[in-house]
Amino acid sequence: MSLSAQETEIKNPPVSRPPLDPHLKALENEAIHIFREVAAEFENPVMLYSIGKDSSVLLHLARKAFFPGRVPFPLLHVDTTWKFKEMIEFRDQIAEKYDLDLVVHTNKRGAKENITPFTRGSAFYTDVMKTEALKQALDAGGYDAAFGGARRDEEASRAKERIYSFRTPDHKWDPRNQRPELWNIYNGMIKKGESVRAFPLSNWTEVDIWRYIQAEDIPLVPLYYAAERPYVERDGMMILAEDPRLELLPGEEIQHGMIRFRTLGCFPLTGAIRSTASNLDEVIAELEIATVSERQGRAIDRDQSGSMEKKKREGYF
Amino acid sequence: MSATATANTASANVIPFAESAARVTRDTRPLRLITCGSVDDGKSTLIGRLLWDTKAVKEDQAATLARDSGQQNDLGLPDFALLLDGLQAEREQGITIDVAYRYFSTDRRSFIVADTPGHEQYTRNMVTGASTADLAILLADARAGLLEQTRRHATIAALMGIRQFVLAVNKIDLIDYDKAVFEKISHEFREFALALGVRQITSIPMSALKGENVVTSGASAMPWYEGPTLIEALELATSRSTQAGGFRLPVQRVVRPGESFRGYQGTVSGGAIKPGDSVSILPSGTVANVKQIVTFDLVRNAAVAGDAITLVLDRQVDVARGDVIVSIDNQPMTGTSFDAQLVALQPGGIEPGRRYWLKSGSRRQRVTIEPLSQLDLQTGHWKSHASVLSMNAIGKVRLSFDEQAVFDAYEQNRSTGAFILIDPDTLNTVAGGMVTAKRGDVGGIHRGRDGEQRVVLSLPADLAEQLMASDLFANRRDEAEIRRMTSAEAAEIFSNAGSDI
Repeated sequence: MSLSAQETEIKNPPVSRPPLDPHLKALENEAIHIFREVAAEFENPVMLYSIGKDSSVLLHLARKAFFPGRVPFPLLHVDTTWKFKEMIEFRDQIAEKYDLDLVVHTNKRGAKENITPFTRGSAFYTDVMKTEALKQALDAGGYDAAFGGARRDEEASRAKERIYSFRTPDHKWDPRNQRPELWNIYNGMIKKGESVRAFPLSNWTEVDIWRYIQAEDIPLVPLYYAAERPYVERDGMMILAEDPRLELLPGEEIQHGMIRFRTLGCFPLTGAIRSTASNLDEVIAELEIATVSERQGRAIDRDQSGSMEKKKREGYF
Repeated sequence: MSATATANTASANVIPFAESAARVTRDTRPLRLITCGSVDDGKSTLIGRLLWDTKAVKEDQAATLARDSGQQNDLGLPDFALLLDGLQAEREQGITIDVAYRYFSTDRRSFIVADTPGHEQYTRNMVTGASTADLAILLADARAGLLEQTRRHATIAALMGIRQFVLAVNKIDLIDYDKAVFEKISHEFREFALALGVRQITSIPMSALKGENVVTSGASAMPWYEGPTLIEALELATSRSTQAGGFRLPVQRVVRPGESFRGYQGTVSGGAIKPGDSVSILPSGTVANVKQIVTFDLVRNAAVAGDAITLVLDRQVDVARGDVIVSIDNQPMTGTSFDAQLVALQPGGIEPGRRYWLKSGSRRQRVTIEPLSQLDLQTGHWKSHASVLSMNAIGKVRLSFDEQAVFDAYEQNRSTGAFILIDPDTLNTVAGGMVTAKRGDVGGIHRGRDGEQRVVLSLPADLAEQLMASDLFANRRDEAEIRRMTSAEAAEIFSNAGSDI
């Protein structure tokens, strides 16, 4: 996106998209404001990139915020090695297409101690391969601010999180002692070793995300759209059955059907839904009449009540 | 728009926003609001009802609620308080700790609710929620009428610049839908709110538990009420707009992707701008013209308040983060001494004479605070107070800067008139504040930014406080302004002012 010396003026493209509706425009403006403020106030920010729909929106907003300049910080992907194959392909394409600095980190304990979603409980696996890995990566990079795509409407403990969420040097979140956050004036002052998680999408809802993806034509991992895919039913979830590491348990068999995913994470822990919504319009139509929340398909949220809060206190996003 | 029509013919106690909203096209920006009240008033039930009846609660969330509470209320609905109290400690202790944000929408509009606890540390949490709100819902129990707490909440909401109130007269079913009681409460509230300078007031009789006049009509139980339901009133309210005043762009970043491009990035926090307009860069006062307004999508021919843009000027000038680019013919105040109101947010309070960091827009600078008076929330009067402003205290203070500061009055611009204070040791946010005026103005007739003239009186502090607290003055705030000043201060201003007077 950098300009050559000859290009003194930026010209409009011949065809432009229709303007955003005022609601999405207001959310976009707010997110851009947060991106710019963090980039200006912190020495070494990073953007957490999980390849999902929220991360895709976050990246799009970052590109808008710093245009005509380049996104002035790296993207960090914490790779558990158990992500869907299509996610990793998509990640690498996007990094190349938009000229991004991509940092990928995997916790080496996983391979060394054989910590997988199958060998250990989902809580322990998530703790090591996601939370611990994230902390390793943040420490290694010396980042003092990390953007995340979390939304307040996702989960009850997130509803109380600030846009600048303060973390101690060991990445802990203290929900009872958060800094007050008034107007759109953010306090970016921290001591050495402390850091801030910044959430530009705090005020977005799931429907907003999808409508924005549609309005802005943002590319997504194809798994969000329904297709005929192989799966097995396990613990009440439909698990995608295309990775050779998925071993069938006694009584299980591979089935085929039109399925898609509302959220994307590690394939053994992410349940599909039955759906025929194979494009954006159909996904949004389906969402508007949905009666269950998007996190319903996530095994980690169901471990115990308040499990998200517990993970967040320990440093999870 | 049927709600508008019926609202206008409703009883004299109901002065809905519809009057102003009807004239312009419907506002489809998200409405940010705050709910004020306690559990006793039925606040959790009301918010739960809003989320439930607008289908913002999904089945699995309801199932989690049912599992956690193990019980349901009379109507077979989940315990909404659990939905709202997201933290483990809150569920265990049955208390609400902090501001939570809720999202719901109708076909017409989306809403962001700041939900704040009614009792403990209500001031601190309420000002946080109120700072971004355009409307306040104040809850009253129909059986109890208007309580001191409701008055306190209304006072704080008005102080924070909220100019649209909804009085939710809840539990109306428990007084047999008595019209006379409702009208008495809403009349009393209207008088109180008008004295605070709030003119857009809607009172609604409702039963949050039964869902009457919240999202669905309560007409069958209350045929005498012709005004809007709560959701209709919210759909008709207006979002904050600061497009009327002068152009303001606090510069967040300077972007230089190549040698020939230099842009100033920020969010327009007042007025509008177009290419060719002359601007001034504050505090330096350098003048330039706008060459281009750049965004990712297109080069624009105008930008208005709220837009996140990149501004390109027609000449090489020195602009840095923290500067404010403003319209040349409608400029904010610059100076080193300002009057402000602030709310102390932390246990240590705000200490006189201590140096804090002040952040406003994208500018951070050192400031010293001198408390002048404190608001007594019981009586609504300001009392002289020069010592520490303790947590939750609302004070009038003088701000003294080492370097030039740039502000609008908060009344005119909620963005460029607001600031936070940061403790230099803990680095925590310790106060939120609103600038009222530049210090050093003496009496006379002042022409405001809106072109209206006002009488400014400078009086000794005790006289000023008494006059300001009177109902007579409260009703004429638009015409006159009173400033506290001792004769020694007045003499000092006169001797320093030179040719300015």
